[in-house]
Formats: sequence, structure tokens, C-alpha cells
Amino acid sequence: MNNQNQDTILGGLDPELVERIDAGKRDLFFGNARKFAMLASVPLATALGASQAFGQSLPQDVKDVLNFALTLEHIEDYFYRSGLETEGLIPHEYLDIFRHIGLHEAQHVALLESVLGADAVARPNIDATAGGQYADVLTNFDTYLTLSQTFEDLGVAAYKGQAANLIDNDDLLQTALQIHSVEARHAAIVRKIGGKKSWDGAYDEPMTKQEVLAAAQPFLA
Amino acid sequence: MQHHHLSRRHLLKWSGVGASLVVAGSVLPNFGISAALAADLGEGDKGVLNYAYALEQLEAAFYTQVIDSPYSGITEDETAILTDIRDHEIAHRDFLEEALAEGAIPALEVDFSAVDFTSRESVLTTARTFEDLGVGAYNGAGKLIESPDYLLAAGRIVSVEARHAAAIRDLLQMNSVAFAGPDVIDENGLDVALEPSAVLMAADPFITTDVTANALV
Repeated sequence: MNNQNQDTILGGLDPELVERIDAGKRDLFFGNARKFAMLASVPLATALGASQAFGQSLPQDVKDVLNFALTLEHIEDYFYRSGLETEGLIPHEYLDIFRHIGLHEAQHVALLESVLGADAVARPNIDATAGGQYADVLTNFDTYLTLSQTFEDLGVAAYKGQAANLIDNDDLLQTALQIHSVEARHAAIVRKIGGKKSWDGAYDEPMTKQEVLAAAQPFLA
Repeated sequence: MQHHHLSRRHLLKWSGVGASLVVAGSVLPNFGISAALAADLGEGDKGVLNYAYALEQLEAAFYTQVIDSPYSGITEDETAILTDIRDHEIAHRDFLEEALAEGAIPALEVDFSAVDFTSRESVLTTARTFEDLGVGAYNGAGKLIESPDYLLAAGRIVSVEARHAAAIRDLLQMNSVAFAGPDVIDENGLDVALEPSAVLMAADPFITTDVTANALV
């Protein structure tokens, strides 16, 4: 499964991360559950445990949703890796936060690839400047922050818009919701760093796949 | 034994959510609200909405009190954030009440005696508990929802709860990774998802309303 990542522009997933995720399968019964003394992640354990054969047995429309999500996660993952690799871009006081966000995006990529197996889309070619529209994205933190917020809010809207398409698969629906709220936490902190409110109001609105792809398209080289 | 006792109490307390006590008790005796929901066949979404409605009532009541009696040393930024959150929770509560119409459970009486509203630490740690609990509750309840419309409605709310959680956590531990800390996000980058029984056990100390079996049967 990891071999397919070797030739990507980013040189593939951190093997240690993949190992941690494998180890995570054993820890699923503890993790968050500790706090509320509940077996919180059992559905995911089921999904991951079946991951080898899982991809092929999923309906095509579910695979499409997951690959759509995976594409967005690839963009985010690339965006944070690029930012973190660019010395001096992210102010020191925010480095831990962006490393943490980047870690989650890498984990989401690995998780979705694991669920999709051989059906996972390849990492697309990504252009963080969107063809030059954001030429200073890696030299101007304000631009970087604006795009970070864009990607996070977009992710929230995208997962929300797809939830109903997973309504027949409890495990994957729950997993998608668990990613969805993490993206919302990211959006909240990135907005705060930018001096904005962490929300637009009492409700977050969904976006259709077409709307999301239209917004993401400029970043796919 | 303790756990079982608590669950039974929840079952009695919550079985008024459109389900008959007899059915709820005989089908799944071990898990409070989930038993009531599972027994609420054909009306499952109403049960889930009432569950969400109860949590939003709790949150709305909490933040109303926070704003009515601000903790000492509260900053302008904090007041703005907590006022927004109060307004959001009230909007969520009212939305769910309206969606449930005559199917809504009654207004709950709350008990915040464990909270010191003069203390920033006490208020914000309680807020963190409620927000993380709300996120976990909606994340875990999504799969119980049958209607795509209600699923979307829950989705429109839960990500705002997650934004609240991140903001409150950042107030408690400014500019750290706490906004999405390892105590809530697991090794797969996934947020908490909780079953109703766990959520209600955590919320129980803050809810005094006794919807007794006698009043229901």
C-alpha cells in the first residue's frame, strides 16, 4: 500500500506515521474512550480491520465520496508540508499549531488511503500559488493564513455536503464526521490567528462537490 | 453495578422520549438513552433530535448564566466569544425545539452548582467539557439519524460546536495545540464520537429534571 506513495512529489508518507496508525488500531479501544469510559472508536476499528478487502467491496458512489475527500486532504497535507518546510514563513509562536494541523491532515490522508486500498486516487499535482494568483503564499504569512482558512472552511463544507451520501454506511459516516469536526477545529484556530472570529454564525453551511471542486481546481496543477 | 444503576436511572428518566417504558426496558436494559432510542422504532430521528435538544438546552442555559454573571477579570475578547457562543446555542436549541414541534421533550431544569461562575477557570473548563461533549455526541449520533435532512441539520450544528470547542480550548491554553489536543483527537486524526449513554452520563450531574417513570407510563 505504501509503495504507491514513493513516487509522489512529496516522497510518500512518513513510515513512522504509518506505523503509528497501525499501532493505533490496537489502541482504538482506549484513546478518547478513556475520558468518558466508553468504547468510542469501535466503528472505525471495524472499518480499518476490514481495510484490505474493504475498498473493493464499497459501492462506487461511496468510493467517489472518499476519493473526493482524499483529494482535499492531499491538498491540505501538501499545503502544510510546504509551509512548514519554508523556513521563516510561519511565526515561531504558531509553529506548533501548524505542525499539529499538518499532522492531522497527513493522518487523514493515510486513513482514507487505508480504507480505499487499491482504489485510492493518487496524490494530485498541487500548486499552492494557484497558478500565480497567490504567488507569495510561501513568503507572506498573511497570504498563507488566508489560504489555510480557505482550505479548512472548504473542508468543513465539503465533508458536510457529503455526509448524506454516506448515510447507508454507519462506520464511514461516523469516520467522516470525526474528520469533519477536526477540520472545524482547525478552521477555528486559523481564523483566530488571523484576528477573525472562529465562526461565521450559529450554522456552518455545506457545499456541493461541484462547488468544492470549483474552489479547489486552481490549486490542482 | 454503579454503571448499571446509573443506566437504569437514565432509562427511566429519558424513556419519555416518545417511547413506552415497557418497550424500552425490555429490549435493551443496559444502555439508557440508546435503549430508549432503539425502542423508539419509526420515530428514531425524533429521539435523536430530542437528545440533541437536551444538550443544546444545557449549553444555552450555561452560557446564558455565564453572560449574566461574568467571571472576574473577563476580557472584552472573552465576552465577545462567550456571547457569540451563547447566541449560537440558543439558536440551536430553538431550531431543534421548532423541528420537534409537539414531539419535543419539556424544558429541562439544570444544576450548575458544581460551577463557580466567578472563576474563569471553572467557567472555561466547564465550557470545554460541554463543547467537547457536544461534538462527541453529534459525531456519535450521526449514524442513528435516518433522514438526510436531519443529518445535514446536525452537520450544520456540529462543526460550529467544534469551532466553539477549539476557541474555548485556546482561551484555556493560548496558542498551543490544545484546540485539537491529543485528549480529543486520536492517532488517526479523528475527533471524539460518543454513544448517547456515555454523553448522558457525563451530562447527568448538570440536569436535575426528573422525567419519572410514573409520570410517563
